[in-house]
Amino acid sequence: MSLAEPAALPVATSAAPRWHVLKRFTGSVKASLPAYLLLLPSLVFLALFTYGAMGRVFIDALYQRATPKAPVSFVGLDNISAVLADPAFTGAVVNNLIYAIGTTVPSIALALLFALALARTHAVSSALRAALFLPVLIPMVAASALFMFIFLPNVGLLDYYIGRLLPVLPNWLGDPDVALYAIMVITIWKNAGYYMLFFLAGLQAVPEDVMEAAHLDGAGPYQRLRHIILPELKPTFLFVIVIATLNAVTQVDHVFVMTQGGPSNSTNLVLFYIYQQAVEHYDIGKASAATLLTLAALMGLTALSFRTMANREGGS
Amino acid sequence: MKLIDRLYREAPLATRNEITPKLGFLLTVLLAMVWLIPFLWMIVATLRPASDGINLMADLMPSLKPTLDNVRDAWEIGDFPRYTLNTTIICAGILLVQFVTITLAGFAFARLKFAGKTPIFYLFLMQLMLVPVLLIVPNLSLVAQLGLYDTLTGVMMPFFASAFGTFLMRQAFEAIPTELEDAALIDGASLLQRIRHIYVPLSMPSFSAFAIISVTSHWNDFLWPLMVINSPDKRPLTVGLSVFTKTAEGTQAWGTIAAGTLMVIGPLLVTFLIFQKRFISSFVTSGIK
Repeated sequence: MSLAEPAALPVATSAAPRWHVLKRFTGSVKASLPAYLLLLPSLVFLALFTYGAMGRVFIDALYQRATPKAPVSFVGLDNISAVLADPAFTGAVVNNLIYAIGTTVPSIALALLFALALARTHAVSSALRAALFLPVLIPMVAASALFMFIFLPNVGLLDYYIGRLLPVLPNWLGDPDVALYAIMVITIWKNAGYYMLFFLAGLQAVPEDVMEAAHLDGAGPYQRLRHIILPELKPTFLFVIVIATLNAVTQVDHVFVMTQGGPSNSTNLVLFYIYQQAVEHYDIGKASAATLLTLAALMGLTALSFRTMANREGGS
Repeated sequence: MKLIDRLYREAPLATRNEITPKLGFLLTVLLAMVWLIPFLWMIVATLRPASDGINLMADLMPSLKPTLDNVRDAWEIGDFPRYTLNTTIICAGILLVQFVTITLAGFAFARLKFAGKTPIFYLFLMQLMLVPVLLIVPNLSLVAQLGLYDTLTGVMMPFFASAFGTFLMRQAFEAIPTELEDAALIDGASLLQRIRHIYVPLSMPSFSAFAIISVTSHWNDFLWPLMVINSPDKRPLTVGLSVFTKTAEGTQAWGTIAAGTLMVIGPLLVTFLIFQKRFISSFVTSGIK
C-alpha cells in the first residue's frame, strides 16, 4: 500500500491535457510525504479499527446464515427489519432512553450543584471534590460488586439502614419495575463527580467583574445563577450532555455484571442486546444491524449538538 | 454554622450573608458523605470476621475484632496477582504504542503543511465520536482474523491510535517556539531527531496528562477484554473481578467480595490520592476519552 495512493487516485484518472495540474499535485504530494509518513501509524489503526470496522458493520448487516453452519448469503435489509421487529431490541431501546434521561439529568444537576458549592478552593472543598471524584476512577465492575451488596434483599446495606423506615421493601435488582432505576443510581453515583470537573472549569470562565457588578446591583444568588452563571455555562452544558449521552449507551458494564439484562429484560440496554446477539446467539447479522442503528442514532445526535453549538457561537 | 462562615470569609462582602449558597454547600457535604458510603462499607466489610454473621454484614460500624481472613480468602480464590499483571501489560502496551503514534501524528498536525490536512484532521476528529466499544462486533471478528483472539495484543490493538492523544500533543507542540527547532535545523538535525530531542522533552506535562487518562480508562475496560479473552490466565482485573464476584456471590461471601474489590481498586485510589491535582487537571482536559 503506497502512502500517496489515496491522494493521487483522482489524478490518475485525469487526462493528459491536465498535465500541469498533475505535476503540481505530485509536487505537493512529494512535499507532503514526511507528514503522511508520520500519520501512517495512526491512520493504519484508524483504518482497521474505526473506519474499516464501520464498513464491516455495514456489510455484515446485509448478510445472514440460514442455519448456523450454512454459508452467509445476501439478505438486504432483512436483518434491520428483523432487529426492528424484535421486541427485545425495541424494549432495549426504550430502556436505554429511560436510562439515558434518568442518568443524564440527575447526574448533570448534581454535578452543577457540586461545582457551584465547591468552586471556591480551600482545604475543605478540595477534600470534598476528591470524595465526589473517587467513583469516577474505579472500574464499573468494581462499583457493581459494591452495589450488588448494597441492593441485596434483607441483609444488604440499603435494606439494613432504611428497612426500618419502609413497611415493604422492593427487591431492588429482582423486581422488573425497580431494577432499571437501581442500575441508574450506580451510574449517577459514578459519573456526577466527572461532570463536576467540567462545570468547575466552566465556572472559572465566568468574568469576575460581571459578578461584582451583579453584587453591587444587589442580585441575589438565584438571579446570579439564572442570568450570569447559567448563560456562561451553556457550552459546558452542551459538551457534558454529549458525553453523558455517549456514556448512557457505552458505559453499561454493570448490566453485564449485575442483572444480565433481567429480570424479564427490564434492564436490557442496546449494547447488551448487541453483545447477546453476537456472543450468545452467534448472530453477527443481527448484531451488526443493531450496531448500525445505534451508530446512526448517536451520529445524528452528535451532528445535531455540533450544529447547535456552531449556531450559538455564530449568533453571539 | 460558624465553621461554614469561616469558609466563606473570603467571599465578596455582598454575598457573605446569603443563606442559599451555604445551604447548597451543606447539601454537598451531606451528599459527599453518602458518596463515600460504598467505599466505607468495602473497608469495614473487608475487616469484619466471619463470626459476625450475615446479619451484621451491612453494619458500617467497624468490628471490634478486625481480621484479614477475607483478604486471604480473596487472594486464594481469585488469581489477583495474575490479573494485575495482565492489566498492567495491557495498559503499558497500549500506552507505549500510543506515545509513538500520537507524537508522530500530533507533530504532523502541529508543524507540517500537507495536502489533505483538513480532511485527515476530520478523520481523526470523528474517532472521538465513534467510541471503540460500539464497534466490538466487527472488531472482534477482525481480531480473530488476525489470529489475535484470546491474546493480550488483541485486547490492546484497537486503542493503538488515539485521536484525543493526537489533539493533546498537537496542542502541546504548537506552543513550543519554532526558534528552538530552527536552531536544531541549522545544526543539521533530522525531522525525527528534532521531534525526539526538542518537542518530546518539552511536552512532558501533556504526556503525563495523557498517560493518566489512557491508563485509568484501559485499567477499567471490561466489555472488550471480556469478548476477546477466553483463557482464565489471560483475564485482566475487571474480568477477573467479575468472575470472582460471581463465584463468591453464590456462597454469600460478601466479606470476600469486598476484599477482592478493595484489592482491585486500592492501587488506583492510592495513586489518585497522591497525585490528586494531576489527575483532576488531566480529566478536565479529557472530555471524551
